[in-house]
Amino acid sequence: MLAIVRTALVSLRRDRGALSLSFILPVVFFSIFAVIFGGRRDTTPRINVIVADEDHSRASADLVKGLAGEGSLVVRVRPTPKQGVQQPEYTAASAEAAVKAGTAPVAVVVPKGFGANLGAMSVVLLKDSSDMVASQMIGGLLQKVAMTSMPEAMAEMGARYMDRFAGGFTPAQRSRIDEGLYLLGQQRNGPARQAQTDFGIISIQSRDVVGENKNAPMISFYAAAIGVMFLLFTASGAAGALLDEAESGTLDRVLSSHVTMTRLLAGKLAFNTLLAFSQLVLMFLWAWAVFQLDFFSHIRGFVVMGLCTAFAVGAFGMLLASTCHTRAQLGALSTLVILIMSSVGGSMFPRFLMPEAMQKAGLLTINAWAIDGFTKVFWRDEPVTHLWPQVAVLLAVGSVLFAIARKVARKWEYS
Amino acid sequence: MLSPPPLRIEVLVKHFSLVKAIDGVTLDLAPGECLGLLGPNGAGKSTLIRSIVGRVLPDAGSIAIFGSPADSQGARNALGWVPQELALYPRLTCRENLESFGRYHDLPAGALREAVAWGLDWASLADRAGDLVRNLSGGMKRRLNMAAGMIHRPKLVLMDEPTVGVDPQSRNRIFEMIEKLRGEGMAIIYTTHYMEEAERLCDRIAIIDHGHIIAQGTREELVQRTFGSRSEVLARFAAARESVEAWVTARNGRMTDGVAQVSIDHPTEIAVLLDGAADAGLELVDVSLRRPNLESVFLQLTGRELRD
Repeated sequence: MLAIVRTALVSLRRDRGALSLSFILPVVFFSIFAVIFGGRRDTTPRINVIVADEDHSRASADLVKGLAGEGSLVVRVRPTPKQGVQQPEYTAASAEAAVKAGTAPVAVVVPKGFGANLGAMSVVLLKDSSDMVASQMIGGLLQKVAMTSMPEAMAEMGARYMDRFAGGFTPAQRSRIDEGLYLLGQQRNGPARQAQTDFGIISIQSRDVVGENKNAPMISFYAAAIGVMFLLFTASGAAGALLDEAESGTLDRVLSSHVTMTRLLAGKLAFNTLLAFSQLVLMFLWAWAVFQLDFFSHIRGFVVMGLCTAFAVGAFGMLLASTCHTRAQLGALSTLVILIMSSVGGSMFPRFLMPEAMQKAGLLTINAWAIDGFTKVFWRDEPVTHLWPQVAVLLAVGSVLFAIARKVARKWEYS
Repeated sequence: MLSPPPLRIEVLVKHFSLVKAIDGVTLDLAPGECLGLLGPNGAGKSTLIRSIVGRVLPDAGSIAIFGSPADSQGARNALGWVPQELALYPRLTCRENLESFGRYHDLPAGALREAVAWGLDWASLADRAGDLVRNLSGGMKRRLNMAAGMIHRPKLVLMDEPTVGVDPQSRNRIFEMIEKLRGEGMAIIYTTHYMEEAERLCDRIAIIDHGHIIAQGTREELVQRTFGSRSEVLARFAAARESVEAWVTARNGRMTDGVAQVSIDHPTEIAVLLDGAADAGLELVDVSLRRPNLESVFLQLTGRELRD
C-alpha cells in the first residue's frame, strides 16, 4: 500500500496541472468568494443613485442631503461634466434615460410640490429591475433619511394633519409646537443628529424603467453569463486539437504543405468562432423556446454581440492552447483561468454584487464585456450602435490574444 | 541545360544547443533513384529528413529540391513526406483525410478528385474509403499515411520508416506500393531499421552516424570498400564460451548470439582457420562462409547493430 501511495505522490508532484487544480484553484476560488461575500468593510459595494430634485423645497433639499450623507451610496444630482462643462441637474426625464442607459441602477425623483404636500405626494423610484439589491436598499434608505434628515418636515406634516382633520390647535398649542419644531431644527443641525425620531415614513412609488415588459427578468443575463463561461471552455477544448495534431505529427505534415502557421491558426480561429457562435445561438434559442426570452426582436444586437464574443473567446482558446505543451496542461490551465475569469467577470453572480475594486477587475475579463453587451441588447433594448464600447473591446482583445498566440505558436513552426 | 537533381544537400550543419545533430552533410539524389538512409538511433537521420522538409532550419549549408530551396513553394510542390508517425485525422474517413491533405496543397477540385482516387487505389483502400481511420488496422493506417504524403503527386518523396510496426503481409504490400512508385521514376529517400528493406528497395545506401555521412554507395560498393574481398566465417563450437571468445578475439572477430564471426581475406583461408581452431581444442559443430552484407558494413562502420 505504501508503494502505491509513494508512486501516486511522485506522479502528482510531477503533474503541475493536477497540482495547481488540487491546491491553487480551491484557494483562489475561496479568496474570490470571501472577498465578494465575506463583508470586508473597506471594499463593500457602493450603490450609484441618481437624484432628480424637481421640488427644490427645504424638505426635498433635506432628503437629497440625507441621501448624499449615506456612506453606502454614491449620489449624483447631475451627469458627469462633458469636456469640462458642468451639466444641468437631472430631471425626471433625464434620470429615467440615465437608468435606461445603465448609468445607475436606480433614480430617485422628488416631484414638484413634494415639500408643500408632504404625505400626499410620493417620491418616485425609477429602477432597473435587473439589480434587485439596489432598489430595495434605496427604498429602505429613503425611509431612514426621511426620519433622520427631515424631522421638522415630518412634524409639520403631522401638525397639518391635526389642523385639517382634528379641528386644529389652540393658539397656545400652536405656539408650543412651533417652538418644538424650531428646537428640532436646531438639534438636527447639532451633534445629536442621529437621534431617534418617531415621525412618519414618506411614500414611495417605484417603477421599473428597464425590463418592465420582460417576460423573464434575468433569463437574458444568465443566458449570456453562463453561455460565455461555457464558450470559454469549449474554445479552449477546440483549440486543444492543435496540441493533438502537434503530438500526432499531423501538424508537421500540414505545415509541410501550402498551409503556413498563420493560415492554420486563422483557420482554427474561424472554426472556434463559428463553434462558439453556434453555441450561443442554441443557448438563446433554448431560452426563447423554454423561458420566453424575447429573442427575435433583438436578433441584430444578438448577432453583433454573439460574433464579437465568439471571436474574443475563440482567440482566447487559441492563446491557451498555444501556451501549453500537452492536453493535460491545457485542461488544468483552462479550468484555472476560466473559472477565475468567470467568477470575477460576472458569469457566476452579477458584478453589481461585488466590491467596487472587483467590479473594476472584472473589466479585465471577456465575460464582463460580453455580459454587459448582451444586457444592453436584451435588457435595456438599446440600439446596435450603443454596443460600440463592448464591440471595440471584444474585437481588440480577440485580435491581441490571437497575435500573441501566433507569436507563441512559433515553437511549432521550426526547430 | 541540365535540369537540377531531385535533391542536393551541401555541407549542412545543425546544432541543438551544444549537440551537433548534423555535421557537414553533403548528399545528392539522382532522378528516379532510391536512396536508403541508414543510421543508428540519434545519428541525425530525423533531423536531416526534417531539414529537407523545411521543418528544421539549418545553421549552415544548403538544401535544394529540384533547384528550389527547402521550405519554398517550389520545394513543397515537388516534395512528398511520409513521416514515421501516423499523421492522420483519426475521426475522418480515409477519403476525407486524403481530401483534407490535398486541399492543404491547394489542389483544385478536379485534380483533388483524381488524386484522392489515385491515393485510395495506390494504397489498396478504395473499398475502405468511407471507413474512419481509427477503425483501420495498423497496416491500413500505414498505407493511408503514405498516400496522404503523396496526394499532391510529388516528384521526390521522403519515407521515414514506413513499415514500422506492421505485420509481414502488410510490409509486402507497402513494398509493392514503393516499387510501383519506383517504376514511375519517382526519386525516393527511404529510412529504415530493416537492412533487408534497404537491400531490396534501394539503389544506393548512405550511412549516417554522429551527424556525418560516413559511407555511401551501392550495396556492392559499400561491401567492397569496407571489406574488400574478405569473407566472413560463421562457426559454432562445442566448447567453453570463454575459450571460444579468446580464440575469436585473437583473430579480430566477434561473438554474436553464440556464433563466432571471423573475417578472412580469401575463401581458401577457411581451412587454415578451422585447423587453428582444432589445434586450440575447439570442437566444431557447424560452419558457413558468407560474403559480408549491409548489416556487416553497418556494424563495421558504426560499431552498432542497425536496430540498437
